[in-house]
Amino acid sequence: MTSIGTDKTTQQIGKVIWAENLCKKFGAFTAVDHISFEIEKGEIFGFLGANGAGKTTAMRMLTGLSKPTSGKGVVAGFDINTQSEQIKKNIGYMSQKFALYEDLKVWENIRLYAGIYGVPKKEIAPRTDDPLHRLGFEKEKDTLVKSLPLGWKQKLAFSVAIFHEPKIVFLDEPTGGVDPAARRNFWEMIYQAADRGITVFVTTHYMDEAEYCNRVSIMVDGRIDALDTPKNLKDQFNASTMDEVFHHLARKSTRNAD
Amino acid sequence: MKQFAAFVKKEFRHILRDHWTMIILLVLPILMVILFGYGISTEVKNTRFAVLDPSRDVVTQGIVNKLATSEYFILGDYLTSESQIEQCFTHSNYGLVLVFGNRFGEQIMDPDGVQIQLIADGSDPNTASILTTYASSLISLYAKELSKEDEKALLISPQVKLLFNPSMKNSFNTVPGIMGVIIILICALMTSVSLTREKEHGTMEVLLVSPMRPFLIIFSKMIPYFCISLVNLSTILLLSHYMLGVPIVGSFGLVVLISLIYIFVSLALGLFISTVAEKQIVALLISGAGLMLPVVYLSGMMFPLESMPVALQWFANIIPAKWFIIAMRNVMIKGLGITSVLREIIILVGMGSLIVFASIKRFKIRLE
Amino acid sequence: MNVMLRYLLEKEIKQFVRNSFLPKMVVMLPLMAMLIFPLIANFEIKNINLCVVDHDRSIQSQKLIQKIQSSGYFRITDVAESYQRAMLQVESNNSDMLLEIPVAFGKDIEQGTSTNVLIAANAVNGVKGGLGSSYLTAILQNFSVDIATKIQLPKAMPQGAGFSIIPRFWFNPTLNYKMFMIPALMIMVLAIVSGFLPAMNIVGEKESGTIEQMNVTPVGRFQFILAKLIPYWLVGFIALSIAVLVSRWVYGFKPQGSIVTVYLFASMFMLAFSGFGLVISNYAKTMQQAIFMILFFLLTFIFLSGFYTPINNMPQWGQVLSNFSPFKFIIQSVRLVYLKGCGFADMLPQFFALCGFAVFFNGWAVLSYRKKS
Repeated sequence: MTSIGTDKTTQQIGKVIWAENLCKKFGAFTAVDHISFEIEKGEIFGFLGANGAGKTTAMRMLTGLSKPTSGKGVVAGFDINTQSEQIKKNIGYMSQKFALYEDLKVWENIRLYAGIYGVPKKEIAPRTDDPLHRLGFEKEKDTLVKSLPLGWKQKLAFSVAIFHEPKIVFLDEPTGGVDPAARRNFWEMIYQAADRGITVFVTTHYMDEAEYCNRVSIMVDGRIDALDTPKNLKDQFNASTMDEVFHHLARKSTRNAD
Repeated sequence: MKQFAAFVKKEFRHILRDHWTMIILLVLPILMVILFGYGISTEVKNTRFAVLDPSRDVVTQGIVNKLATSEYFILGDYLTSESQIEQCFTHSNYGLVLVFGNRFGEQIMDPDGVQIQLIADGSDPNTASILTTYASSLISLYAKELSKEDEKALLISPQVKLLFNPSMKNSFNTVPGIMGVIIILICALMTSVSLTREKEHGTMEVLLVSPMRPFLIIFSKMIPYFCISLVNLSTILLLSHYMLGVPIVGSFGLVVLISLIYIFVSLALGLFISTVAEKQIVALLISGAGLMLPVVYLSGMMFPLESMPVALQWFANIIPAKWFIIAMRNVMIKGLGITSVLREIIILVGMGSLIVFASIKRFKIRLE
Repeated sequence: MNVMLRYLLEKEIKQFVRNSFLPKMVVMLPLMAMLIFPLIANFEIKNINLCVVDHDRSIQSQKLIQKIQSSGYFRITDVAESYQRAMLQVESNNSDMLLEIPVAFGKDIEQGTSTNVLIAANAVNGVKGGLGSSYLTAILQNFSVDIATKIQLPKAMPQGAGFSIIPRFWFNPTLNYKMFMIPALMIMVLAIVSGFLPAMNIVGEKESGTIEQMNVTPVGRFQFILAKLIPYWLVGFIALSIAVLVSRWVYGFKPQGSIVTVYLFASMFMLAFSGFGLVISNYAKTMQQAIFMILFFLLTFIFLSGFYTPINNMPQWGQVLSNFSPFKFIIQSVRLVYLKGCGFADMLPQFFALCGFAVFFNGWAVLSYRKKS
């Protein structure tokens, strides 16, 4: 790990994710503008913001999909600039499109990713039944993913992402396009994962989901304009809902949504 | 009206944003003109030939010289035995081997005459035929010079006129075909993919609910491709005229008219395919394999239709490109007037209307 | 490392087999290429429509017309009354050529006086016009010789001075155009299956987002790419074998040389061309882009390769450029094996060229594949 030589260093050891002045520029456009934060183990951290605020770009830098223009970061003990392949061994990821193989069966998707993440062959088949049981679709084990309804795909994608019990799981807009009841359901799954010690880093543009997180940050125009527990933020801005907090901050926004 | 203009502008912007495809769409016709113009040539020149000549007399030398000094042949090696002949074809680039018998010059005056063997590499039949024809003519020419008889000995002297394309340039044949391929590519393929993409992303429904009439929406999608086709058409005509020397003997207006009709048919095809295909990849494959391949192979653009089995010739009749190419050749190369292309025009207009009709029906069914 | 590859291969194979379209295509493509394309891709000139204007109507002119008909090259579509009428036929494409026989034709040749006939050919298709007139001229000359011998004109032989020219066609004595085209068509099938399909597969994953999911995993680019290619190589072999078998059973077309050599060269070509497909898939963001890029390069490669036109016939710059096309070397090699029985040792330069392409394209593909952007 690179040392920065301030008292922050001792604090950083033990943080499961930290970032310092991360920037991502595309030509003249600054998508992510000097963001810094730290995340504790087992935390559920919500990365909020409007569409186009830079959340996904920030996440992509943490997961090794995108190279930062400047800034430093460490995920699961590895440097995001130089050790991204190591990072990947220790994390799980669920993309916005859920990205499961539509023409593979449910158990085949699980098996594929389990195998890739190094779960021993003998363990895969027996362990597959667990999440399926929890999700309530053992019967769908042999169904092709393309036949599943959207809500089930979402849950399956999450199960696949944590199957190998990674230290951290990154969720990019996991509840997009899903009805509110299913969203609540999904968050229960996230809680269960957090209880097992998996740190959850989730981006979303649904402000009500902020209430489910331990801490949240709100991104506006590529910067983090607020970072605290939901309760503290509501107190700070004299708001009764996170939605109000957000509107307060977003009024200053200059970026249009995609 | 303003809404329509806005839609059209949006479509243009979509297309322009996709740099790679734009570039390829505009460069492809140039590429095709060059390739087809220079790449397909049945002219055979500078073929290396070898000689097996045990006699080495004046006559054989004369014949060898006749070939070597022509533009068709380049003298390679003198062989020393028959066993070397095969090597010429397998390891070197020879097209022909000339084999004389022993004491050739002496035996000429024999009543039975002597033989010259022309051994050609038959793997490419066309080149082989052409080479042997060239070589034979050159040898006959030489023979005439040898023989003391005068020209009158030839009883029938044919005068040959090569009509419309006296220098037998291949490009004359293929340029109308290139236009046919490019237009179908742009108008049918791109349009169908563009329309199907909207379907796939679900934005088609949104558009249909808007106050814009459906046919205007579709129209707005076609206009950019229509414009690109016009640009490409001009490119092809300019290039083939100035670079390849293809003439436009007939009326330019007629050329434009026929092209516009064909563009109409192609756009209609694109529309129809988009009503059939649910996903982009399917539209792509249908337009690509189902349209382009027949146009390239069965329209008469490259391969003469008459050499194909009758069944395929009948099938070729439903390919609009076939009629387009006939009409274009008649006007561009033969310089004929509108009466000679009436049949083709009627067929094309008929096809286009039929396809549009079918598309509208399908579209209405979907809406219900 | 190998473990990941195994799982990936498992996935790829399952996906391939479950696809409703691809497995059928792998069988249909070689079938079509062997059965239908040879019927189409044909530069042979046959069935030339001839319109005859016979001002003479003598026994001799009738004999001439009969001779023309029996040659097999021509179809006498019409006997017109005047040159103008015949020209209309040619203009309207009902006839490809016209032959005008003058009034005193029969009398003249019986008496040994030379006479003129007019051949006018539609040369829009230059090859057709040119070859057609040559054929007709040759028939006329033969006819001329027959008459001259009959009436015993001294030494009136256009092939004159007492020698006869015997053409011999090696490797393909019947001048069967199919034998020339089929090796090239086999290669086309191979190119589509092993180059085009994997490229489309990868770009498809880009569009659906699954490639991003894969990029977040520890899977290395080597494994990912290899897992994509291996099934398509296998499938390429299958397609090639189907083509080889079909051409053998239907046309009796057997390679003069060893079929093993063909497979060896085909393997190297598959390696090279699939690398090319990969390079395209790295740069194309959508399937549409990929198709266009591949189309663009494929057209260029094929034209420069001697597929349609022998390389010798191309202008100088074309011949130089043809060396940049992997198709040139593989088509040459397969033709050499099939038609001329060449062995591996005879074609080392071609093999090395293909190796070079393989290294170049695959190297580029691996280097330009970015898990991180």
